[in-house]
Amino acid sequence: MNNRINQLFESKKENIFSVYFTAGFPRLGDTVKIIQELEKNGVDLIEIGMPFSDPTADGPTIQRSSEVALKNGMSLKLLFEQLKDIRQSVNIPLILMGYLNPVYQYGMEAFCQKCAEVGIDGTILPDLPLDEFDAEYRKYYEAANLHNVLLITPQTSEKRIRQIDEASAGLIYMVSSSSTTGAGKKVEDFHQDYFERVQNMNLKNPRLIGFGISDQPTFVNACKYAQGAIIGSAFVTAIKDSVNLEKDIATFVKSIDPGR
Amino acid sequence: MKYTVNEKGYYGEFGGAWIPEMMYTNIEELKTRYLGIIESEEFRNEFDKLMKDYVGRPSPLYYAGRLSEHYGSNIYLKREDLNHTGSHKLNNTIGQILLAQKLGKTRIIAETGAGQHGVATATVCALKGIKCVVYMGALDVSRQAPNVKKMKMLGAEVVPVHSGNKTLKDATNEAMRDWINNPEDTHYIIGSVVGPHPYPDMVARFQSVISKEMKSQLLEQTGSELPTRVLACVGGGSNAAGAFYHFLDDEQVELIGVEAAGKGVDTNETAATLTVGSPGVLHSARTMLMQTEDGQIIEPYSISAGLDYPGIGPLHAHLHKTGRAKFLAATDEEVLQSVLLLTQKEGIIPALESAHALAALDKIKMNPDDVNVVNLSGSGNKDMETYLNYFGY
Repeated sequence: MNNRINQLFESKKENIFSVYFTAGFPRLGDTVKIIQELEKNGVDLIEIGMPFSDPTADGPTIQRSSEVALKNGMSLKLLFEQLKDIRQSVNIPLILMGYLNPVYQYGMEAFCQKCAEVGIDGTILPDLPLDEFDAEYRKYYEAANLHNVLLITPQTSEKRIRQIDEASAGLIYMVSSSSTTGAGKKVEDFHQDYFERVQNMNLKNPRLIGFGISDQPTFVNACKYAQGAIIGSAFVTAIKDSVNLEKDIATFVKSIDPGR
Repeated sequence: MKYTVNEKGYYGEFGGAWIPEMMYTNIEELKTRYLGIIESEEFRNEFDKLMKDYVGRPSPLYYAGRLSEHYGSNIYLKREDLNHTGSHKLNNTIGQILLAQKLGKTRIIAETGAGQHGVATATVCALKGIKCVVYMGALDVSRQAPNVKKMKMLGAEVVPVHSGNKTLKDATNEAMRDWINNPEDTHYIIGSVVGPHPYPDMVARFQSVISKEMKSQLLEQTGSELPTRVLACVGGGSNAAGAFYHFLDDEQVELIGVEAAGKGVDTNETAATLTVGSPGVLHSARTMLMQTEDGQIIEPYSISAGLDYPGIGPLHAHLHKTGRAKFLAATDEEVLQSVLLLTQKEGIIPALESAHALAALDKIKMNPDDVNVVNLSGSGNKDMETYLNYFGY
């Protein structure tokens, strides 16, 4: 097994810092630069957002970045084109995150093959539920050594969490609260009991906590209950007007974890 | 029945519940409980009583004599426009509000395009004293002002949605986001036969009262419960689902759905999903969609705010694919002429949506003895401004 997600969680057990950004935002050609700068500043894992016209699980920030990215001309085809040499300069795991329909139009088998070719390690597709994944798509993922990352929420029953854990081979994405992304709920709103309940379940997969992680206190708090956390909307906001990605990304990463 | 949903929520290859995990608990609850609740005797009694005493059902099946003469065939109109709140939409919201109460929900959300479903939802929430939030595209808020005021007067909160094209699709996105953010106390009353399973089946069942009544009314008026054909307009497809429902297995009955061609199916300004669309996943269902090669959803256009949706209910995608129903498209121009024709032949001003079904009468071959039933899904009251501007009265 040489999937970079597994390698990461084998070598690092805590404070895993993961960042989401929308490909094609703020400018069409920023994709590779953003990935390189995030790795250079010590980020452990990156989710590359594939923009979609109707992102129903996302709040205003990612709705807006997706809209701009599409206007800039981003498409799945172009994204793969931009990423074709990414493994010559970047070593950390890369995950593609988005909605099913663009992938469905690209063709799931072709999509998985392309992911393997450019060096993508996993996907997060919130509107691809587990039973549909198992029935139709798992075979393509396995052939491409690609992980399908599944979500759990405060409403997810213990039975369902066990089922998701059993079906996962890379990591579990733990949605911090009942919300769309960037909903601005505060640390004290987090379901402490939910975090503790899941922590005590001794799942076989490592977990990252996402949704509502926006600054140092929320990041530190989330890291107490999981192997790490994912920051999306706050990062998208931090680079939205950036004319100097190198400087702005370094500043952002330091603001979340001064030790990087 | 051959055209009903299977246990996984599919009509052939279309349908399913392509939901994010954040909606899983709510959809699972609905999936496991909806049939038990809506088929219980207690529920049936409550539903039937409200249909009769509150909605004003059965709605008449009216033989349109002068229109029949005009077309040289027999035209019957199913008068859903005479329901309380002026359309078929109330059939569904009555069913869903009773269901929401049984599920113990205390807050209702809904999306609306033209405002008919929003008004029907706000109405049942007033009836039951339940908090109501309606999402409506900002563009629709400005072009459907009377319905917005009606909803507010009924006690609902109307939230204008500024994302995307600011119309029905965007309102639906926002209602789904609300549900994700409020998973415990809220029920989402979807207004059409769209969205994840079990919504398409549930809404079709509530609307099926239309074809159930048609059958007994036809038997009484023509001596046979089966007409030659049934015509209905299709956006998401709830009134068509209701009008077709009890005829689906009577294969000799021709079923005709009419989509909004907008300015023409060969232009960029159309909402004729089945004509220009391809399979994909939107709003948690696999169905036919208007989309780019890259899978981005294309903004639809129609003069009728109730039909400009880039998808279609999975039942209709299946009926289209299997050939059980035939789907036509009518342009804005054709529809407006049909509005005027019905108004001046029968003294009935139809809604823009319903007039799409009427416009199809010019596109099909009818024999003199045929029995044609047009589902007149809504009243033209909400469209008077459009009509006055266009016809110049």
